Amino acid sequence: MERLIAPLEFDLAQVPLHEMNRFLHRELAEGDTRTVTVLNPDGAHNIAVGLDHPVKVEVHGHAGYYAAGMNQKASVTIHGSAGTGVAENMMSGTVHVKGFASNGAGASAHGGLLVIDGDAGLRCGISLKGADIVVGGSVGSFSGFMAQAGRMVICGDAGDALGDSLYEAVIYLKGEAKSLGADAQFEPMTDADLHTLGELLSRAGLDHDPSAFRRIASARQLYHWNADANQEY
Amino acid sequence: MDIQSIPIKRLSTEESTTFDRRTIDYIQKAAAHGLYEIRGLGAKRALPHFDDLLFLAGSLSRYPLEGYREKCVTKTVLGTRYAKKPIELAIPITIAGMSFGALSANVKESLGRAATELGTTTTTGDGGMTPEERNSSKTLVYQCLPSRYGFNPNDLRRADAIEVVIGQGAKPGGGGMLLGQKVNPRVAKMRTLPQGVDQRSACRHPDWTGPDDLAIKIQELREITDWEKPIYVKVGATRVFNDVKLAVHAGADVVVVDGMQGGTAATQTCYIEHIGIPTLAAVRQAVDALEDLNMKGQVQLIVSGGIRSGADVAKALALGADAVAIGQGILVALGCNAETYVQDGVHHSALEGYEALGTAPGFCHHCHTGKCPVGVTTQDPVLEQRLQPDVGSKRVRNYLKTLNMELTTIARACGKQNVHHLEREDLVALTLEAAAMARVPLAGTDWIPGFQGR
Repeated sequence: MERLIAPLEFDLAQVPLHEMNRFLHRELAEGDTRTVTVLNPDGAHNIAVGLDHPVKVEVHGHAGYYAAGMNQKASVTIHGSAGTGVAENMMSGTVHVKGFASNGAGASAHGGLLVIDGDAGLRCGISLKGADIVVGGSVGSFSGFMAQAGRMVICGDAGDALGDSLYEAVIYLKGEAKSLGADAQFEPMTDADLHTLGELLSRAGLDHDPSAFRRIASARQLYHWNADANQEY
Repeated sequence: MDIQSIPIKRLSTEESTTFDRRTIDYIQKAAAHGLYEIRGLGAKRALPHFDDLLFLAGSLSRYPLEGYREKCVTKTVLGTRYAKKPIELAIPITIAGMSFGALSANVKESLGRAATELGTTTTTGDGGMTPEERNSSKTLVYQCLPSRYGFNPNDLRRADAIEVVIGQGAKPGGGGMLLGQKVNPRVAKMRTLPQGVDQRSACRHPDWTGPDDLAIKIQELREITDWEKPIYVKVGATRVFNDVKLAVHAGADVVVVDGMQGGTAATQTCYIEHIGIPTLAAVRQAVDALEDLNMKGQVQLIVSGGIRSGADVAKALALGADAVAIGQGILVALGCNAETYVQDGVHHSALEGYEALGTAPGFCHHCHTGKCPVGVTTQDPVLEQRLQPDVGSKRVRNYLKTLNMELTTIARACGKQNVHHLEREDLVALTLEAAAMARVPLAGTDWIPGFQGR
């Protein structure tokens, strides 16, 4: 029991990144729910990637590319900003960025929750495959591009081509989008939408009125090559 | 006797080269449908290829090895640069990445079984890893594609190598396509897509752009798998010299170069026939890039795109490849374009199926329709039964075995105890184009067009 409750601390100024990642992959026992503290990340890439345990990881500082990439089960908090592809291809668990996130945040994530308190860059939620993303600030252009499943909440504004070529993912936007992408359209908010959104906002710890948001989803006009074609191909 | 003059009516049959029957058909199809043609397989046009090269075997100046008695090594190791667990192949011939979705689960199982028996690898595709192929393949290469369909860390850890796909020879710069007919419930679920959509995959990766980002992406894949697995980077052949250098710079263990004869399950014809460069030209440029960086032997090169025979494999190796990958040849071995399919040892005619597609054996490229009459490129529950894994795996095993026997026959004729000792110096070219592209002399001369100012 002693070992299980002992705090775990990795100072990346002292420990090579691959040693820490290897420890997090291999040395944590099943059911180990300790908090792992990461000091001096100094913008290092690939911090806490490929985790597969329900551990809590607290990164104190800024992270580089792919922080918490492909996360499963773990809760990773970045007390700073995150570079490109934070929580990319996440399967489950939670990733919380207290600062800003760069491009491709939550790209192709299949599950779990990504919360970004600040703004996110270009292509936030690109190719989303079932995860939930809540952005406290605004997102850059081409966010939600080809998003297939999952939900994306934007409490600020969005850049150009929001939700371009959407499949079945749904976007909730509070502010304004510079433009919607091909095949994306505003749709009325249903009670189910308000409920879902309220729940997502509360899980993200954000205080917004769900009724102030608009729903964006696919018009499904691109699902088939050419609706007028005789389908002979 | 009256001699009657027979009236002669001449039929004018001069076909235009610019507007030949094929072109007329193309224009009229376009006019009828208002949609470009999408089809399967690879480039059909005539291209400079390995057929335009010949081997100079042993004679008086070099001596050959006995065809059967003397040893000829085919062992091939991939991923020696960074991976803790490189891939060791018994033969330098691998099975190229083809998706579950494009191919049926039975086909995937056949490929895995054949590859395992022959000591080589098979590769997933744009649709994730199926249990059928993981369980049947001893050594499986897992692709990381722009779409990331079904991509997940569990499969990543279960893979033996990882292939980051930048592009493929049939459509460099283009994303995947899978028409609605093939997006059945299982395929749809694996790809997180609505059933029956005409699926378009992205052409760029979602979380990186450019070679510097790729270096970090590769590092991420290594971190997740604790630096164990070889990482391949696959490019469609276009600016091969620069692309191979950038892939090496980004940290690839293995570079895969796919020439324009490489196949596809569904792509616009204009892409297949007009974008990319032939495999022959691509190999040369890829080898040049590795030699220029002094990385030959450290980073391995796999070449694909129109490799059909043991002679093709031998020529690719002689030009500097470490291994080849085969896609279409494997499909043909399984029965693609055959007149029959086999059910429990009995041949059945597939002709009606071809006719329904408006084609015939030898001409079929209708993989995109999902109505493959021989059960290879289909997701149809009835049609897919036409390829039984026992038949499929035996055919692929026989095909690969034949290629390997041909390869060692040629290598021994050239006096090599190891197929990797085949060298450029063993080759001459039959045409000026092939001589210039492969940079080997025109047969009977010492002339390499365009080389050293000549």
